Amino acid sequence: MSTQMKSLALMGAVAAALGAVSTTSVSAQEMEKCYGVSLAGENGCAAGPGTTCAGTSTIDYQGNAWTLVPAGTCADIELPDGRHGEAEASLEADGYNGLNRDLPEGLSDDVLAGYRDLDMMMDG
Amino acid sequence: MYDFVSSSGLPKTAGIGYKPQHFAELRTEPGPVNWLEIHAENYMGDGGRPLAQLRALAEQFPISVHGVGLSIGGEGPLDKDHIARLKHLCDWLNPASFSEHLAWSTHDAHFLNDLLPLPYTEAALARVADHIDEVQNAVGRPMLLENPSTYLAFEESTMDEVTFLTEIAKRTGCGLLLDVNNVFVSCTNQIWDPIDYINKFPHHLVGEIHLGGHDEDEDEHGAPLLIDSHGREVIDPVWVLYAHTIRTGGQKPTLIEWDNDVPEFPVLREEAARADAILTPVEA
Amino acid sequence: MSQTDFTAAILNPDLPTPAGLKDPQGRPAGKRFDVYRNNVTSSLIAALETGFPVLQKLLGQDSFKTLATLFLRANPPTSRALSQYGDAMPGFLEGFKPLKSLPYLADVARLELAIRASYHAADSAPLDAAGLDPEALMALTPRLAPATQVLTSRFPIFGIWQMNMQPDAPKPWPVAEDVLVTRVNFDPVPHLLPTGGAAFAQALDGETPIAGAIEACMAAAPRADIAAILTLFLGSAALTLSSGKVQ
Repeated sequence: MSTQMKSLALMGAVAAALGAVSTTSVSAQEMEKCYGVSLAGENGCAAGPGTTCAGTSTIDYQGNAWTLVPAGTCADIELPDGRHGEAEASLEADGYNGLNRDLPEGLSDDVLAGYRDLDMMMDG
Repeated sequence: MYDFVSSSGLPKTAGIGYKPQHFAELRTEPGPVNWLEIHAENYMGDGGRPLAQLRALAEQFPISVHGVGLSIGGEGPLDKDHIARLKHLCDWLNPASFSEHLAWSTHDAHFLNDLLPLPYTEAALARVADHIDEVQNAVGRPMLLENPSTYLAFEESTMDEVTFLTEIAKRTGCGLLLDVNNVFVSCTNQIWDPIDYINKFPHHLVGEIHLGGHDEDEDEHGAPLLIDSHGREVIDPVWVLYAHTIRTGGQKPTLIEWDNDVPEFPVLREEAARADAILTPVEA
Repeated sequence: MSQTDFTAAILNPDLPTPAGLKDPQGRPAGKRFDVYRNNVTSSLIAALETGFPVLQKLLGQDSFKTLATLFLRANPPTSRALSQYGDAMPGFLEGFKPLKSLPYLADVARLELAIRASYHAADSAPLDAAGLDPEALMALTPRLAPATQVLTSRFPIFGIWQMNMQPDAPKPWPVAEDVLVTRVNFDPVPHLLPTGGAAFAQALDGETPIAGAIEACMAAAPRADIAAILTLFLGSAALTLSSGKVQ
């Protein structure tokens, strides 16, 4: 395609876009636009939900808790490389070893039990 | 002496804590709701719906700016950027009242999002008074300081809460915000006498009253442990304590707070009407 | 008892209740201190649930709560405005081994943060292209509106967002997707960005004419659909000609 034809095609595209927006131009801000949902958390001065429980729960990283098994819509999502975004449990069948793959061999359960802090769960 | 009630732009009637879901009804049928209170930190963005709603509401209602994140009781210095944001909000909104809490919520760089308690000692008194001086000078208007709901006591405390608040007001010239539900909650949790608390309170310094609902629990020894949840109606004993407060200290702008499990607007209108009935008894 | 000790015990339930805190009978505070632990933890979990609805749906409520608890203990807010809480979530997820099998979560978190940033961004007058001829449009030098956000991803983040936030939306295709978040008036809307759209957006700096941004776009993606890109940007209030904030 010649340069001239390219630029003609481009101008056609621009004209098409202008034709599309001229009928859907953005309206001025009106009072009704103030009505509507709010996004994101808000500050308040009340005590948080619940009474005494949430802040005292320890999260035990031993045993099954070493993997966080998601139970939401993630099971429906296929990744671009052909894998599924599945929970660790189902990946283990394919030889995926979850967290343990990053641990040196020969760690006993007793030693593992010592690693209860978050650092163990983070890379780097 | 500065008169925090007559100098306030808040009417001596009922207001409610503003929730965005009530915007439309507040515009069309506010009923007895005469003024609104906002939490300052929710209006520190650059634009969008929160600020547009606030601009529209400010044309219709006197607004009280109530901060929840200043950490006036913090051991560290106040956050100058946060004070600047408060000043910016107060400058453009020109609110009828500006208040904060006797509490801390920030340590080092971290904001814990709760109103945490402090011991009532001379050292804490000096620190809080310095912080209030700094805020009032920077923001350029007097503030009201609110009594907290507390769940525990400090071994090191050397004075009672009313004495502490009264002394802060005396040193800084700030006014006080009397949360009657907080009085009920703290007095139950600390085994103080709520009538005695109200009777000793310096009512001439009170520019605003808060009312809200609380939850009931008990501690590991079976003692009652009330929690300031703002998630239900004001209970009858708190209404009684409120009526006693009005009889003792006179009519004050009175706010209904409801922050968790926020109900439909008519429920808040009824709570506001109940406060109004106590504020303005029918003449015989 | 210092506020340093108090803060540490609030964020770490394995630590004992700080000394010097008591009940009215003089006994150690115990459960009374746990009220403060709960207030901090549950209110921050609630803020994260409100701020990351798609993450919550992807993981399920219980797993999200576990993630949120670990996150908030490691990353308490640094802003006093809860509307900004969660900036550290993408980085946290990238390093979080128990969810390594879901590598797209960090980009989904970035999209949710972008939508929130758009919601609170400054208002601006959108570029109104109605009535302009193509040459006049090509010469304009707009910038992205303050509420406009552009995200690029290796993952189908637009499809993932749509599947979780819109009824009857299809499952995402396993492809890389870029997203444009724009705000007409007050409600941010994510749009799937056509190929080359991100390059077009990144070129618009308030000095480059639209013609120049189209060149940049075609250099990055020779087969870019210019009509589709312009229609999206002009029809969604993505661009502004003004340079300052409107208060």
